This record gives sequence, C-alpha cells and structure tokens, in this order.
Amino acid sequence: MEIFGIPIQAMMSQLLLGLVNGSFYAMLSLGLAVIFGLLNVINFAHGALYMMGAFIAWMGLSYFGINYWVMLVVAPLLVGLFGIVIEKTMLRWLYKLDHLYGLLLTFGITLLIEGLFRSFYGVSGQPYSVPEGLGGATNLGFMVLPNYRAWVVAASLVVCFATWFVIERTKLGAYLRAGTENPKMVEAFGVNVPLMVTLTYGFGVALAAFAGVLAAPVIQVSPLMGSNLIITVFAVVVIGGMGSIMGSILTGLALGIIEGLTRVFYPELSATVVFIIMAIVLMIRPAGLFGKEK
Amino acid sequence: MKLKAKVLAAAVASLASMGFSATAAAQISGDVVKIGFITDISGLYSDIDGQGGVEAIKMAIADFGGNVNGKKIELVTADHQNKADIAASRAREWFDREGVDVLVGGTNSATGLAMAKVATEKKKPFISIGAGTARLTNEECSPYTVHYAYDTVALAKGTGGAVVKQGGKTWYFLTADYAFGASLENDTAAVVKANGGQVLGSVKHPLSASDFSSFLLQAQASKAQILGLADAGGDTINAIKAANEFGVTKTMKLAGLLMFINDIHSLTLPLTKGMYLTDSWYWNQSDDSRAFAKRYFAKMKKMPSSLQAADYSATLQYLNAVKAAGTDDGDKVMSRLRSTKINDMYAKNGTIRADGSMIHDMYLMQVKDPKDSKTPWDYYNVVQTIPGEQAFTTKAESKCSLWK
Repeated sequence: MEIFGIPIQAMMSQLLLGLVNGSFYAMLSLGLAVIFGLLNVINFAHGALYMMGAFIAWMGLSYFGINYWVMLVVAPLLVGLFGIVIEKTMLRWLYKLDHLYGLLLTFGITLLIEGLFRSFYGVSGQPYSVPEGLGGATNLGFMVLPNYRAWVVAASLVVCFATWFVIERTKLGAYLRAGTENPKMVEAFGVNVPLMVTLTYGFGVALAAFAGVLAAPVIQVSPLMGSNLIITVFAVVVIGGMGSIMGSILTGLALGIIEGLTRVFYPELSATVVFIIMAIVLMIRPAGLFGKEK
Repeated sequence: MKLKAKVLAAAVASLASMGFSATAAAQISGDVVKIGFITDISGLYSDIDGQGGVEAIKMAIADFGGNVNGKKIELVTADHQNKADIAASRAREWFDREGVDVLVGGTNSATGLAMAKVATEKKKPFISIGAGTARLTNEECSPYTVHYAYDTVALAKGTGGAVVKQGGKTWYFLTADYAFGASLENDTAAVVKANGGQVLGSVKHPLSASDFSSFLLQAQASKAQILGLADAGGDTINAIKAANEFGVTKTMKLAGLLMFINDIHSLTLPLTKGMYLTDSWYWNQSDDSRAFAKRYFAKMKKMPSSLQAADYSATLQYLNAVKAAGTDDGDKVMSRLRSTKINDMYAKNGTIRADGSMIHDMYLMQVKDPKDSKTPWDYYNVVQTIPGEQAFTTKAESKCSLWK
C-alpha cells in the first residue's frame, strides 16, 4: 500500500520519528511558554540552558562517573538553580521595562554561556552513549525503533502533561495564574509573588535542562546544540500562541510530525516548513493557534 | 660660502642615504614580513583549524627564527565567522593599511573564494589551507592563489575510488544542502560511476540539522551498500551517531567524504571503526610528523589535524621563498614558490602547479578497531597512498585558463 508514492511503512516510521522530535520541541516550547506566561520574559537563553543540561550530564558521567538516571534529576536541579541566580540578580530589574530588554539580556547570557563552553570544549562535541537498559532497538514491524527514542517520547509526554496539570488544574497553578493577572491583589492575600516568579523561572529553565539531558545520547553534546534548535522552538511558541501551555505542547508535537513528513516528500524544505507555517498562522491568527487576543 | 657648500654636501649625502634605505625597504616592504591568517576561530569549523592553526603558524615562525634576512616576521589573525564579506573586507584592510605581505586562508570555501579575489587584485600571495572547493584552482584560479592542503576532487577520487574498488558498488548520498555539499556529492558520484559503481539516490539535509533519523531511514530503504556522507563537521558527526543508533551501520558501510581526525576523536572509535576517509596528512604517519605532533600536543593538548599541519608547512615554505628571493614582493615570491619542491614533515616532493594546486600525496585511511588502537589519538591505518598526480584535477579536466 502506498500514499502519494510513499510506502505506508515508510510513512508510519517517519510519523513516529516526527513524534520523537516533536517531544523535544514540546518540552522546550513548554518552558518558554511558562516563562513568558508568568514572567512576560522572552527567554532567549533557553537554548543555552538546554545545552548546559546536556553538558552537565556529560560532565557528571565523565568526571565523576555519575550515571544517566541520576543526572536526569541532578542536571535540571543545577540548571534550575543557575536560572534562579539569573532571575534574582539580573532579570528581575527588567520586568517593568519593554520585552525587548529581557530578550537582549537573555541573548547576551546565551552568547556568554556558549562562548565559555566553546572555549573550554571546542565545537566538535563530546560523546555520550545511550544509558544501559535502553540500548538496542525494538522491531515494530514497519520500522526498527531504538528503545531510547521511545523512552524520550514517553518521558517528555509525562513531563509536559504533568506541567500542564499543575498549572491549569491545581491550587498552586491557580495562584500562579492569578499572580500574573493581578500581582498586588494576590500579594494582599498573603502569597509571596516574587518568590513564586523566581521559582517559575527556575522551573522553566530546569525543563530546558531536562530536555538537554534527554538529548545528550541522541545528538553530540556540543556548545552549538542549543542555537541549532532554539529558533525552531521559538517558531513553535509563536504558532502555538505565546504563553499558552497546552498550545505549546500540542504545537510542538504536531510540528515535529509535519517536519518529519516534509523530510519524506521534499527534504530540502524540512528546515523551512515550520517558518512557513508560522507566517501563515500569523496572518490568520496573530495571537497564535491557542493564544488569546489581548 | 664654504659653510653653504658643506651644508649642501650634507644635504646631498643625507638624501643619498635616504635613497639607499628606500631601495632596501622595497625588498622587504615596511621592514617587516607580515603574515595575515583569517579562519573560523569560533564557529563550527574552529576545531579543525581555528586557534590550533594560529598556534601552528606561530610555531613555524619561531622555528624559522623569528626573522627573514634580519627583518622581523609578524603575524596578524582574524575570525571570519564563516562570512565571506567579513573575510574579504578584513583582507582588504590588511593589505591596504597594515602592509600584510601574504594571506593564509583557513576553513570555509565561500570565505576562501572571496579572499582569493582580494589577494589577486592586490597582487599578494594567498595560500588557502582549509577551503575545500576545487573552484579555487579551476574556474577561479589565479596566479596569486596556492591551494595547499586538499580539495573536493582529491577527496572524491580518494574515498570514492577506493571504496568502489573494495567492492562498494552501490551508493546513496546524504548531502548538506549548500554549495560545498553539492560539489562534493557530484565529484564523488562522477568517480563512483567512472569506476563502475552506481548511485542509487541521494537526500539533501539542511545545514546544522539536529536530527538525521528520517534521512537515514530513507537511505536504508535504498538498499545501497555505501552511504556517502557529503557534509562536514557537526552534521557528519550527528549523522554517524544516528546511523549507529538506528542500525544503519549493520546494513550499509559509511564513507565520510570530508572528515578530520577531530571528528573521529569526538565520535570515538566504537562508532567510527572501519570507516574510510581521505586526508592529506596524519600525525602518526612518519617520524617527522610525529615529532611535530608531539610539540604541537604540548601546546594544545590535542593532536594536530591535517589542516593545522598544513598551516605550519605553508608558513615555512612561504618564509623560505621570501628568504631565497630576498624580497616579499608578491610576484617574485610566487615564482620562487612555484619553482621550489616542498619537502617537510607535511609533504614530500610537493610542487605548486600553474593552476595553484599544491600537488602532494593524499592518503586513504581506515579508522581502526578500538582493540587495535594502542595509544590516545591512534586512530587510522593508512591503507593506500594516492600519488599527487592521480589525486588532483588532471590537465584534461582543468578549467583553469592559466594551465593550458
């Protein structure tokens, strides 16, 4: 059986691979959406922090012999702490100013972090092998899927939907959302809003680091890995609607799949297709597919 | 009256002496031999050349004694950030204002072509080390350009030819979607066909793609024996990583069409064992290459790539030519370079042809099995030496107007 001249087996396998990439997009754009939604900051440093997550995992393994599973928890915590320091010392002075200032500051932080890693480790990258227990591959009939990729999809779906649940369906999430609508009122109820904002930023960047650790066995751990990905992720956030949690998750997954299909039908377009969709969405729905017009 | 005559005589004498020093200055312009080096120092190609290349050139200057015929040697360096316009404008500024006498060009073909144009206009030697494009010595050849280390034709003939002869008859290409990738694919495909092989298809991927799995599945579906990687740097590395993960390496053999030892180091041997690649130099190929590599390692804590070795060699050869010619005048140095055989730790009996290609042996390497690797950076077996005359463009193929 064939669809547009492509065997259905090949089609299925490309859909699945698209889903794997989509889970990375979803996780990264989710972090951006959370930060933008609650802090109103366009966090350009997201790619660099994703790269940091991968590098910390690599350092843990090669300097201290700490395995993947431990680093999957430790690296996001460390990067989250680093994010809190950034928020406490630099970002917080910019909330009252135009978005542009936050963007410039985080862009500067990106250059700084990437430059440091580049000067220490070069650009070729460091090898990180697939953790034990997830090596090998499973034959699904239509394709051979490396077990690790399946784990990536599962882990990112769990993390994404847990985040959505906490923010949209719990009391803590309600405080967070209220804090962004009317911080003075929420503070009057005795909620420590500045602390909440700090922790939110820490959580958002920890998500980026988590994605970084997940990516380490898949692609080479290199200082440039973040900047190769971040522009696409920003496009995903714009398509989904800035600040929309569910929007960014679903858009991330969907665009991964669309990109995967483009690779079969017209590979040359695969790097551009996300931006074409972005342009179309901006023309029809300027606030993004899931965003609310203000 | 007598006094006036004395003053006049003194004036004449001083004028004469000034005139004399002016002729001396014409031999070594500005009383200094200035080498300009422009390469990628911070981007995706900075590991194979970059700061290591700067260090190699510094070593060459120090080994030469720091001066030529009593005139000091100076080095200026710049990062072109892989942008051709930055490379060209920096080169122009150096020639016009800083009195740079020779330009050494690092990685990236687009910047190489741009710098070659400026150097030709200024009649100064341009020694291209890291650029791969064969256009430098073909359509765009120049009497001032020397293409020193390698080009896409030599890589294609080396790896393409050898792999087909070893039985790899059917090919599929994974190609970076820009000028360099296309020319590497075309050159290799031509060699494969000429040797009786067959190209079953190709897929183009965007530059700096982060995921290669879809492309690899397409390659695997072609049932070709050989997967030719017509890309470079991070793209090649990530493609090889994914090929191992998806089991593509079990059904296809990989052939890296442009790979450097830094790529192998970064991927590690278990992922690359058995791969073929062509390079102009390997640190562990002879006693004098090992001696150089050891000194380099002491400074950089890495083994030199072929490009860094070529940076060293080209600088030494240029300085030798200046010394022998007694001048840093572009034309005279170029004719001296062309008439001298190059013999050093990088090349044996190398010659610079009329089209600007430095003709030297190339080497077909196979990456070692981890269990055969005895010391750190012991990565290759040299399986074949490809004589210079066979490795590069032949006179019949050449489109260079200077070589007819």
